[in-house]
Amino acid sequence: MAVSQLIGARVQRREDPRLITGRGHFIEDHVLPGLAHMAVVRSPHPHARIVGIDKAAAQSLPGVLAVLTAQDFKAQISGGMPVTPAFAPEKKYVPERFPIAESEVCFQGEPVAVVVATSRALAADAADLVQVEYEPLPAVVDPEAAMVAGSFKAHSDGPDNIGWDMTFAGGDIDAAFAKAEIRVSERILQQRLAPTAIEPRGVMADYSPYDERLTLWLSSQNPHFIRLFVSGAMGLPESHVRVVSPDVGGGFGSKISPYPEDYLVPAASRILSRPVRWIETRTESVMTTIHGRGQVFTAEAAALRDGTLLGLRLTQVLDLGAYHGTFGAFQACACLMSGGVYRWEAISARTVGVLTNKVPTDPYRGAGRPEGTHLCERMVDRVAQELGMDPADLRRKNFAQEFPYVNNFGLTYDSGNYDGTLDRALELVDYPGWRQRQAKAREEGRLIGVGLSTWVEICGFGPSQPTAAATGGIGLVEAAEIRFLPSGSVAAYVGTHAHGQGHDTTFSQIVADTLGVPLAAIEVHHGDTAEGPAFGYGTYGSRSLAVGGMALHQAATVVREKARQLAAHLLEASPDDLDFAQGTFSVRGNPAAHKTVQEVALAAYGGSLPEGMEHGLEAVSYFDPPNFVWPFGAHICVVEVDRDTGAVAIQKYVAVDDCGNVINPMIVEGQLHGGIAQGISQALYEEVVYDQESGQLVTGTMVDYLIPTMNELPVPTLDRTVTPSPTNALGVKGIGEAGTIASSAAVINAICDALSPLGIHHVDMPATPERIWRMIQEAAR
Amino acid sequence: MGQTLRLKVNGVERIDEVEPRLLLVYYLREVCGLTGTHVGCDTSQCGACTVLLAGAPVKSCNMLALQAEGASLTTIEGLAAPGELHPLQTAFWEQHGLQCGFCTPGFIMAATALLADNPDPSDEEIGRGLEGNLCRCTGYVNIRKAVKAAGEAVRAGAAAPMGG
Ligand code: FES
Ligand code: FES
Repeated sequence: MAVSQLIGARVQRREDPRLITGRGHFIEDHVLPGLAHMAVVRSPHPHARIVGIDKAAAQSLPGVLAVLTAQDFKAQISGGMPVTPAFAPEKKYVPERFPIAESEVCFQGEPVAVVVATSRALAADAADLVQVEYEPLPAVVDPEAAMVAGSFKAHSDGPDNIGWDMTFAGGDIDAAFAKAEIRVSERILQQRLAPTAIEPRGVMADYSPYDERLTLWLSSQNPHFIRLFVSGAMGLPESHVRVVSPDVGGGFGSKISPYPEDYLVPAASRILSRPVRWIETRTESVMTTIHGRGQVFTAEAAALRDGTLLGLRLTQVLDLGAYHGTFGAFQACACLMSGGVYRWEAISARTVGVLTNKVPTDPYRGAGRPEGTHLCERMVDRVAQELGMDPADLRRKNFAQEFPYVNNFGLTYDSGNYDGTLDRALELVDYPGWRQRQAKAREEGRLIGVGLSTWVEICGFGPSQPTAAATGGIGLVEAAEIRFLPSGSVAAYVGTHAHGQGHDTTFSQIVADTLGVPLAAIEVHHGDTAEGPAFGYGTYGSRSLAVGGMALHQAATVVREKARQLAAHLLEASPDDLDFAQGTFSVRGNPAAHKTVQEVALAAYGGSLPEGMEHGLEAVSYFDPPNFVWPFGAHICVVEVDRDTGAVAIQKYVAVDDCGNVINPMIVEGQLHGGIAQGISQALYEEVVYDQESGQLVTGTMVDYLIPTMNELPVPTLDRTVTPSPTNALGVKGIGEAGTIASSAAVINAICDALSPLGIHHVDMPATPERIWRMIQEAAR
Repeated sequence: MGQTLRLKVNGVERIDEVEPRLLLVYYLREVCGLTGTHVGCDTSQCGACTVLLAGAPVKSCNMLALQAEGASLTTIEGLAAPGELHPLQTAFWEQHGLQCGFCTPGFIMAATALLADNPDPSDEEIGRGLEGNLCRCTGYVNIRKAVKAAGEAVRAGAAAPMGG
């Protein structure tokens, strides 16, 4: 293998020059000749019967090409929108979801009609003229209330509101609790969040009626799955549909699943025989792009007086929204990860998915893992507090120590060193120093708190066997293709699709080192189903490097080994006698006899190949990981809470993470910065609020839904340890979601620690000044 | 009915017929073909649409095209000569100040105006100068670093930022 030069280096990103000069290609930057514009008429009601739709006024507006309703789309689209088994395979009630409502609307923003017109403004004007008569129905807002038999139903023809109800049993929970010397219990909210990629969604479709080909451009993390779903629903061979996802302006999980517009836009294009585009407004986005979290946990932990953790019993009530998200049940993995980095005798976790009249929830950065970590880390702190034990000591005492470690649910943590990250974080933050400052502050009546979060994450999805069961048939592996062109430059095709993670750069680093070619000679292609291997599995679940990077590494290795054979032929040597370094094959002991990989590439297209060798120098490789990968780390947050206002000021934030070997440290740090920001933001600011009575969305714009600016966020101090994954040749794990998984617990644990002298044990998110102020007032009574 | 709009965009004089209700951002994107100016919201929160009008940052989603009559506008595409980079563009690249890059043109334009006023801004001044811009990817850590690095470069004699 070539001497590793680029893997591990802070290579500046190759995607940046176009993005910093305004030459990126985002979905709204694409236009086609004759493009028509679609606007969606959406239900203003969370729940209502559609009595009638009057299109006449809209249709009569000059420039309006069509006003279409469910009736029109039924001839174009068959079947419902997909729902995967994910982690809750035994679903109870799965309401059918057609991309546009026909007789009943079940969430505010659900499509009822679309207007296609010659300009965006005209389409919007005409959408306002579509008269829809509704008969409002009672809205189901609170998932816990909706579980009760006889409550209002989110779908009037449904049996009840229970989407799933299942229990994961990890050990003998009763036996564990029977030994308990102390028990703590808590009710922990995970508020609904809006992922809020700064680029909204958008779809453009061009259906060609004469050859029955569809090209679909959309802002997606997951183009091949979208092609699979949309081609099936539209009755087109998968090979007749091309999905192109250009530069994607952030996703965070919200651009994985198919959306109604992904079907409605191509169907409208087929009806009108012309290209059609729809670009989501931010108001539509907050209302109709998936939300994340939206869960209520009740949990009880049992422990011995010496701090030994015994058992954890919990229930996750998950607000599904009006329909199951395509991958919504993935969020039940919070249950499987609720034990965190600790040894428990037993864990019993019940998950209940409940239908409500809100937009569906689906994976949002971390998806289930932040919730599991938050719950676990809060409960562990509650145990420590109850015992008067230092939370760092209690953690150390219970850390899993031997790897591979099999958790209560049979999941195998590949490698870890939990003491290592915790020790380094305690040192970096100056833990003893803060404890002293805290004690002194308390004497002065000030509220300082230190919060720990020692986390582990399951990511890197595959392997194929468990994930094929979870997706309903497609095993999550990854595919890559490497092609040497005759002149020696390299085209690399991957099935993942970046939306800010810098794959053009890190993947090029891997290829450059494996093939010994300069970065400038490598072009990474992704996001277009017309290019590369048959299928790509998309980017989510911190999988792109550990699965996609490995596929690329494998494909490059196959190509290199073919090049070695050819080089040996050209040099009249045995392949085993060739060294390969810096892109050159040389005969061992006779370095003057050598061929560069570029020379070999040209020869692969030439006239003197060895007998039996096919022309060309290219390979497709699929990588099916033998296990998930398990990054981990320790985050520590220090806060001061203002007793008079309830405001939280973060004094210090330290994160020591371990994602195995690192390809590009600059990108890893960037992923952590952003991830930590999103977790802090959940802890302190963000919440999607629906009016409890009417079911109306209250936080409908960025005025009400608080995305922090630069001024609300701290600058975290980062460090890392390196514990390679033993399950892949690169020794890598994932880092895209780590920051979000770890950080909300660190912040809330710090706040609870600060408030503990007042007898406050738990604070829910977002920990707004108002919420904390009220708790302080209450505690003073 | 269209109305005549005369203005200068990235140094080029233009005369266009535009609908009175056309927002400046869509004028730039769809009439001028300058798609580096982005739209991230409809309530003037995100700042992705920030451009310079006579050197001052404006949210181009929050103005009608006709309100720019007679003005001189700079967009991300006009910040540096072709093939060159403005010190802020260089700094965003070197400091990893962007991930998805959707917010980036807005940040760079707002920061251009900030540095033109004050090439040595404190953290607080950077925070105030960029409070109208949202980024969901970076946690702002490297954006702040990039602005500082660009300020240093400007002070050390790199091409002065175009303030208009
Ligand atoms: S588009 Fe968001 S502020 Fe202009
Ligand atoms: S880089 Fe993605 S929103 Fe800022």
